[in-house]
Amino acid sequence: MSDAKTNQLKTEALDVNETVYTKKAPDTLGAYLGAWWGRVKAGDLGSLPILLGLIAIAIIFGTTSDGIFFRPRNFVNLLLQMSGITAIAIGTVFVLLIAEIDLSVGFVGAVGGVLMTLLLREEVTNYPWWLAILVALAVTTAIGLLHGLIVTKARVPSFVVTLAGLLAWSGVVLIMTTQYSKAGTIVIQDDIVLGITNQFLPKMWGWILFAIVVGIYALTQLAKQRTSVQQNLVTKPMSVVALQIGLLTVIAGGVVAYANADRGVPVAGVLILVLLLFWSFVASRTKFGRYVYAVGGNPEAARRAGINVDRIRIYVFMISSFMAGVGGIILASRLRSVDTNTGGGNLVLNVVAAAVIGGTSLFGGSGKVSSALLGALVIASVENGMGLQTNMPSGVKFVVNGLVLLAAVLVDSFSRRRRAASGLA
Amino acid sequence: MATPTLELKGVSKKFGAVQALYKVDLRCYPGEVNALVGDNGAGKSTLIKGFAGIHAYSDGEIHFEGKKVTINSPKDSSTLGIEVVYQDLALADNLDVVANMYLGREATRMGQLDEVAMERRTIETMQSLSVSTLRSVRQPVASLSGGQRQAIAVAKAVMWNSKIVVLDEPTAALGVAQTKQVLELVRRLADRGLAVLLISHNMHDVFQVADRISVLRLGQMVAEFMVKDTNRQEVIEAITAGEMQTVPGYKGEMV
Repeated sequence: MSDAKTNQLKTEALDVNETVYTKKAPDTLGAYLGAWWGRVKAGDLGSLPILLGLIAIAIIFGTTSDGIFFRPRNFVNLLLQMSGITAIAIGTVFVLLIAEIDLSVGFVGAVGGVLMTLLLREEVTNYPWWLAILVALAVTTAIGLLHGLIVTKARVPSFVVTLAGLLAWSGVVLIMTTQYSKAGTIVIQDDIVLGITNQFLPKMWGWILFAIVVGIYALTQLAKQRTSVQQNLVTKPMSVVALQIGLLTVIAGGVVAYANADRGVPVAGVLILVLLLFWSFVASRTKFGRYVYAVGGNPEAARRAGINVDRIRIYVFMISSFMAGVGGIILASRLRSVDTNTGGGNLVLNVVAAAVIGGTSLFGGSGKVSSALLGALVIASVENGMGLQTNMPSGVKFVVNGLVLLAAVLVDSFSRRRRAASGLA
Repeated sequence: MATPTLELKGVSKKFGAVQALYKVDLRCYPGEVNALVGDNGAGKSTLIKGFAGIHAYSDGEIHFEGKKVTINSPKDSSTLGIEVVYQDLALADNLDVVANMYLGREATRMGQLDEVAMERRTIETMQSLSVSTLRSVRQPVASLSGGQRQAIAVAKAVMWNSKIVVLDEPTAALGVAQTKQVLELVRRLADRGLAVLLISHNMHDVFQVADRISVLRLGQMVAEFMVKDTNRQEVIEAITAGEMQTVPGYKGEMV
């Protein structure tokens, strides 16, 4: 019976191509670029909007700032300005990936920065720099644990939990800063903490760093290419790999050369690079990272696959608060002090905007850690460029900032609709 | 005949006062497609959930490969080699085919995801099942058709050394061509020596692919046919008017 049925179905079966999965995808550079353009048209824009945005920013501010915008000094300032936002935005990328939001990062970061500053003070605990930073980061991570527990166990939307957090932690910042100083401003005197944003790599070390980064990237890409070819899996054409390595060489080389023309690569820049590499690795190469994407894409599928969805959510809120703490410390170092306004203003908006502009979806499951860097570059460029407009009222600056954020979300929303229409979701 | 891979002996399930299942017997043999048919509310889902570990039966025995077993959680069930493909498939749209196949059981090497090994094994599984409609195993599931998704969900169930695969209405939302592909896939599973339990409303599908038909009506197993010895008329009669035992606590026919 079984046999007869099998034969009947087999004769009806479609031709089975045994090698269908191992056939080489686009073999030439042209075909690869064609496939890329096809994805763009289907709404998978990748980094394209950022590239266009950066070109527009460069043209607008380059022409309106008497060339100051392009000076090496301003470029290094830009690197310093964006480092705090980038650090916090890395955590926010994780939160957005699981389709949650963390509005408290600005003030949680401020709690970290203020706490570290206080712990360094002689009249408080006089901790060495490393202990002060360690305790500050431990406390911010614990805050994330608290947020995560409330979101998962009490089933309160993260929007509400972290909005309450925004208010409560801003109060904590106020209490802490006014505790030891009537005016609410506490100066940082530790050289190492100040050095994060005020020390620069010697020019030679900048180039060594460049060589290390490009070398590691090239080696991993080539190794990946080799195993894929050996295993007969789909590979990128060699010319594309070469192009990517070349592109990174040009960009990284440009950054180092430009920074070296002024004070050099800031320590904060190296710190951000290390954090980006680490968290990119976590997101794309570990089980945990895979689970983060799965929880954002389909929590029910994740749950049925045996993933502890609540635990992943809690970890993500801890990452968010931890990175907020790192960002808060960088920001405190840059301002050389903390005050009652630390972490306020439009910091949290800038951070979420950075993640979204960089290409991380607000709706979960899609995005990359590197989008924190790209988005922060756009945000910091706009702020920096407008800071150079001496006669622009600050009201206009806010309006422009708001429009940039709106534009980013619109691009996300349109490309998402486009992707859904073309079946890429 | 060989030992059934899965045998349910007189299982019953009560939800409060409702007798959802009453003394149901079911046998699934290796290499055979058993179609579980029945009208809405006949208890098909309840029956499956019992041995899938979602909720235990109130009464009766489960035998797996001839041995009596107890199943208290989905984990017990999958450890034995029972894989259930539910109707909603539970795939993460944003992840690619490989990531979905391995979700929750990723292969790692030195703490890193071993993408090469996972991709290799996914391709092997797809080829062994002759699933040839995918463009690439690296495309996101969002870009796949309903039939392709079903194929992935089935392949995922097969990849983990399962002995019996349960498919809940696999063709319900599919077009003609896709239905055909999925049915071919179902047949291939049985030809590989797996036991397959296919839940379906569609008599055409059932007669095309099944070897055995078990008819559930109002929580009771009212008939079991071999496809070669029966016809549609007989099966539909059993579904709508099969003879039932009297359930204690009820008077006469319960409709």
